[in-house]
Amino acid sequence: MSGPLIVGVLVAAGVFLLLRPGQLRLVLGFVLLGHAVNVLLLAAGGLHRREPPVDGGGAESADPLPQAFILTAIVITFGITVYLLRLLRRAARRGSRPPETWDGGPR
Amino acid sequence: MSILLIVPVAGPLLAAAVLLALPDRLLLRRVVALLATAAVIAVGVVLLVATSDGEVPVLRVGDWPPVVAITLAADPLSALLVTVSAMVVLACLVAAAGTGDDRKRAFLPLSMVLSAGAYGAYLTTDLFNLFVLVEVMLVPSYVLLALSGGPGRAGAGRVYIATSLLGSTILLAGVGLLYGVTGTVGLADLAGRAREVPAAAAAGGVVLLAFALKGALVPLHDWLPRAYPVASPVVVALFSGLLTKVGLYAIIRIYAVLYGGDPAYHPLLVAVALASMVIGVLGAIGVGSMRKVLAFHMVSQIGYVLLGLALFTAASLAAAIFYLAQYVLVKAALFLCAAVVAATRGTDRLSRLGGLASSSPLLALAFGVAALSLAGLPPFGGFLAKFLVLRAANEVGDWLVLTVAVLVSLVTLLSMLKIWGVAFWGEVPRAARERTARTGLALLGPPLALGGCALLLGPLGGPLLQVADDAAAGLLEPAGYVRAVSGR
Repeated sequence: MSGPLIVGVLVAAGVFLLLRPGQLRLVLGFVLLGHAVNVLLLAAGGLHRREPPVDGGGAESADPLPQAFILTAIVITFGITVYLLRLLRRAARRGSRPPETWDGGPR
Repeated sequence: MSILLIVPVAGPLLAAAVLLALPDRLLLRRVVALLATAAVIAVGVVLLVATSDGEVPVLRVGDWPPVVAITLAADPLSALLVTVSAMVVLACLVAAAGTGDDRKRAFLPLSMVLSAGAYGAYLTTDLFNLFVLVEVMLVPSYVLLALSGGPGRAGAGRVYIATSLLGSTILLAGVGLLYGVTGTVGLADLAGRAREVPAAAAAGGVVLLAFALKGALVPLHDWLPRAYPVASPVVVALFSGLLTKVGLYAIIRIYAVLYGGDPAYHPLLVAVALASMVIGVLGAIGVGSMRKVLAFHMVSQIGYVLLGLALFTAASLAAAIFYLAQYVLVKAALFLCAAVVAATRGTDRLSRLGGLASSSPLLALAFGVAALSLAGLPPFGGFLAKFLVLRAANEVGDWLVLTVAVLVSLVTLLSMLKIWGVAFWGEVPRAARERTARTGLALLGPPLALGGCALLLGPLGGPLLQVADDAAAGLLEPAGYVRAVSGR
C-alpha cells in the first residue's frame, strides 16, 4: 500500500510545483516527478522483502531489472537537472529581463 | 551482416569523441562528422538490401543472452528510417558548413550524439532502451537549441525542455507500468499482449501518450511551433528530420506490435490524425516567418502519416511509410531553403523578404520543387505519397477522411504559394539590397539535392514503394520480426 501512496504524493507535489510560476519550481517539480517514476519502477518489480538477486538467489530473489532501470533513470534525471539549473543561473546572472512573449518574439 | 547494426549507434558516438579531441581543426572536424554520417548511410543501404527478402538481422551487443542483452534489429522500416535520417543529417552538416553554424565548438559533437540516439531508437527492440536512446537524442537537442537560437531562445528553450522532460517522465512511467503488468519490456515478448491483457493496453496507452507528445500530435502539438522557429534554421532542419520522426516511428511500431493493430482504437487514431492535419495547416496561415509556417506544416504532415497507420491495411501502412520517408526529405529541403534565406538576407520573416527568385534562381528552384512536393502536386514524390494515402482511404470507403485529406492538401498549396508570392516574387526590400548575398555550393547544394530526391521519388519511386510494401507487410504480420528478435 505504501508504494501507490508515495507515488501519488510525489506526483501531486511535482505537478503542483510545475503549475506554479517560476523556473526553480519547474526544476524542483521535475525532480519530484522523477522520484515518483523511480518509485513506480521499483514497485513494478515488487516491493516486498526478498533475497538479494545474486548467483543462487533462487526463485525468491528480488527482481534486478527495475533496479537497473532506476539507476539509468536517476543518472539521466540528474544530468538534465544540472543542465536546467545551469540555464537558470545563466538567466539570473544576466539580471532581470523584460517579460518574454510566448515564444520570445513578435508573431 | 548483423554486426553492421552497431555502426549507426557506435559510429557517430565515436565520431563525437574524436570531435571533442580536435577542438581547433575545423576542416578535419567536418571531415570526421561527414565520414561518420556517410558510413551510416552506407550501412543503412546495406541493411535495406539485406532486409528486402524478409530476413531480420539481429545483434545482441556483447553476445549476452536475450533477456539482458541490448538487442538491435533491423526490419525494412528501421533500415529505411536510418538511411533517410542519415541523408538529412548529411545535408544539414554540409549546410552548417555553409552557414557557419559548425564553427561553434559544440555543434558537430552534439549533432553526432543526437543522430546516434535517433538511429539507435529506430533499431532498438526494447522499450527501456528506446527510452534511453530517446534521451540520448533529446539531451543534445536542449543544448543545440540554447546554443544556436536567436532572440527569445531562452523562453522557447524552456518551453521545449519542459515539454520534452514531461514527455520523458510519462514515457518512463509507461514503461514501468508495462513492466509491472507483463514482466517484460522487450517488444518481441510484448507482441499482441495488449489484445489479451487490458492492463497492458492501458500501460501501453501511457507510452503512446508520451510519444504523441514527442511526435507533436494534436492536441499535444503546441510546443513545436513555439520552440522550433527560434533555433537556427540548420538546427531546425536537423530536428525536423530526427526528433518528431522518432516519436512517430515509436507510435507505428508499438501500435503494430504491442496492440497488433487492434481495430478498437482506429476511430481514436483517425480523429487525432484528422485533427493534426487540419489544425496544423490552419495554424500555418496566421504566422509570418518561413520557419513558423514550415513548423506548423510539420504538425499537419504528421497527421497524414498517422492516418495511414490508423487505417491499418497493407496499402495504408505502405502509404504511411512512403509518406514518412519522402516527407522527411522534403521538409529538411524546405528548412534548409529557409536557412539559405536567413543566411543571405539575415531574416526569414516574410514581411522583410522579396525578390528571391531573381536574386538566387537556384534557391527558388529548390524551394519550388520541395514546396510543390509538400503540397502533393504531380509529378513529385509528395503527389505519389498523398495519392497512396487517399487510395488506401478510398479502399476503406471513408469519405470524411478523403474530403479532409484533399482539402488540407489544397490549403498546404495555398500556404506554399503565399511564401512563394511574398518571398520569391515582388520587390527586393531596400535593406536587403545593401547586403551582399553570398550563396556558395555548401549552402545551396543540400536543399537542391534533397529537392532533387523529392522530384525523383515521383517518377522513380518504385524501389522506395517496394521497401514500403515490405515494411508494411512486416508491421501487419510481425511474427518474423518477433521470432528473429526473441531468438526462439
